[in-house]
Amino acid sequence: MGMTITEKIIAAHADLDEVTPGQLVDARIDLALANDITFPLAIKPFRDAGGQRVFDPEKVVVVLDHFNPAKDIDSAQMHAECRAFARETGLVHVFDVGTMGIEHVLLPEQGFVVPGDLVVGADSHTCTYGALAAFSTGVGSTDFAAAMLTGKCWFKVPESMRIELTGQPGPWVGGKDVILSIIGEIGVDGALYRAMEFCGEGVSRLGMADRFTITNMAIEAGAKNGIFPFDEQTEAYVKGHGQRPYVVHTPDPDARYVETLTLNLSSLEPVVALPFLPSNVRPVSEVKGMKVDQVVIGSCTNGRIEDLRIAAKVLKGKKVAKGIRLIVIPATPGVMLEAIAEGIVQEVIQAGGAVSTPTCGPCLGGYMGILARGERAVSTTNRNFVGRMGHSESEVVLASPAVAAATAVKGCLAHPEDVM
Amino acid sequence: MLRGKAWKFGNDVNTDEIIPARYLSLVEPLKLAEHVMEDADPGFPLKVQEGDIIVAGKNFGCGSSREHAPVAIKAAGVSCVIAHSFARIFFRNSFNMGLLIFESPSAADDISDGDMVEVDPEAGMIRNTTTGRTFTVAPIPPFMEELVRDGGLIEHIKNTAKS
Repeated sequence: MGMTITEKIIAAHADLDEVTPGQLVDARIDLALANDITFPLAIKPFRDAGGQRVFDPEKVVVVLDHFNPAKDIDSAQMHAECRAFARETGLVHVFDVGTMGIEHVLLPEQGFVVPGDLVVGADSHTCTYGALAAFSTGVGSTDFAAAMLTGKCWFKVPESMRIELTGQPGPWVGGKDVILSIIGEIGVDGALYRAMEFCGEGVSRLGMADRFTITNMAIEAGAKNGIFPFDEQTEAYVKGHGQRPYVVHTPDPDARYVETLTLNLSSLEPVVALPFLPSNVRPVSEVKGMKVDQVVIGSCTNGRIEDLRIAAKVLKGKKVAKGIRLIVIPATPGVMLEAIAEGIVQEVIQAGGAVSTPTCGPCLGGYMGILARGERAVSTTNRNFVGRMGHSESEVVLASPAVAAATAVKGCLAHPEDVM
Repeated sequence: MLRGKAWKFGNDVNTDEIIPARYLSLVEPLKLAEHVMEDADPGFPLKVQEGDIIVAGKNFGCGSSREHAPVAIKAAGVSCVIAHSFARIFFRNSFNMGLLIFESPSAADDISDGDMVEVDPEAGMIRNTTTGRTFTVAPIPPFMEELVRDGGLIEHIKNTAKS
């Protein structure tokens, strides 16, 4: 029986010729990841299991990115615990202030993930690496503790659903509009427990940054993972970043998919997700004019250099509207350096925006842009749940970097064409 | 046998509502429990009693992978969660760290806020003693039963290492 890309990667890591959806397997992992929020909760289970050293220091990465540089005393204590535990267990890949970037942008950039890998991360957006034709999924701290001890993790093989992309996205349509449109159609549990496998001629019209944005938000549809096929663009990306040899898996012609969805990229327009679910999707053209207090451009969803370039294109030579706070957060030191070299940082500051060192910060209501009661943000992040960016009576509208930048200039929710 | 008062919630209850990120610099379970479900029902941490049961719609625990969510629920004394369905990371985390969760759409529909509920985990039975109706729980794979029997993933790993 034919297998999907996800099934092939899981089978290869479970040393099986074949796996079928629903089957429980114990699989070898190529990489385990944790951050400053989830790593502390792995300490007790790791010690309880008798753990002393990590199974392979090359295959575990810890990124202190959520509340770092420390936002308060509690998080400073938490970071101190993370650093001590990392030393104690012999970890070598620990990213802290200075080298630290947002994990899901940092790991591909630094070449930690290559096609065909099986990756688990104690962070729900670990599904991002599917853009590299790898299987990657979010787990909790106990699973991470077990993985860093044993090098293995148990999985239920997911059913795969196929998302066929056709057409060509228009000028202001990017990966964010693609994934929000899909979630708007299938709902926040529309892919629950499933693998979302993308295919079709439209794939080649999406750059790697768009693909990372799309797989990043697979979890927002409840999916176990999102995965793109390997092509020339993947190859070029891995050539520039990858550190290890890799394996390319392609789906069999008779692979089984539980459902197929077709999306014509040509028919898409810029969209936003209104509060309080990522599935509450509306075309920008229908809801523009909404009052906005803050605009955030950054995060593991849209903090890449490509995202900042789009934002800078919209902002160039303009001013942030009075009453709007624009916060731009390049996702990694590498992205920051590129943004400086390309004059993007200068453009943002000249426009009246603030530029921050890399951090997850405001996305999860940590710091660096918390909302007061009754305030609303347009943000390129991934969740707009109740209280996500601050007060439980504040709101987050999810959008692309183009829409976010246009909103900052216009002073209310806006379409990029309104300001260009 | 578990016995407790039901606290009913809707669909897509996310981990930010279960334990808001502003408390994620806390690690101690009892500290986290002081804020459990705060953004879904601000009074919940004070109202919930030892043994009470959370009942919810579909996709309970969606969003982040934070294990703080099942940890906070368990530390608040909640004996189990009954829902239409669970988001996958929350489902996994609950089994791994030993919070009992039961998938039963018909029970989740029948139970109203304040009903008294009994759960027999061994038999896979849920009884709403307020309405008198009885429901069965969706069966879990044998491997996960083993996890529950061992008392979570870490105990399971230790047991496997011994044998």
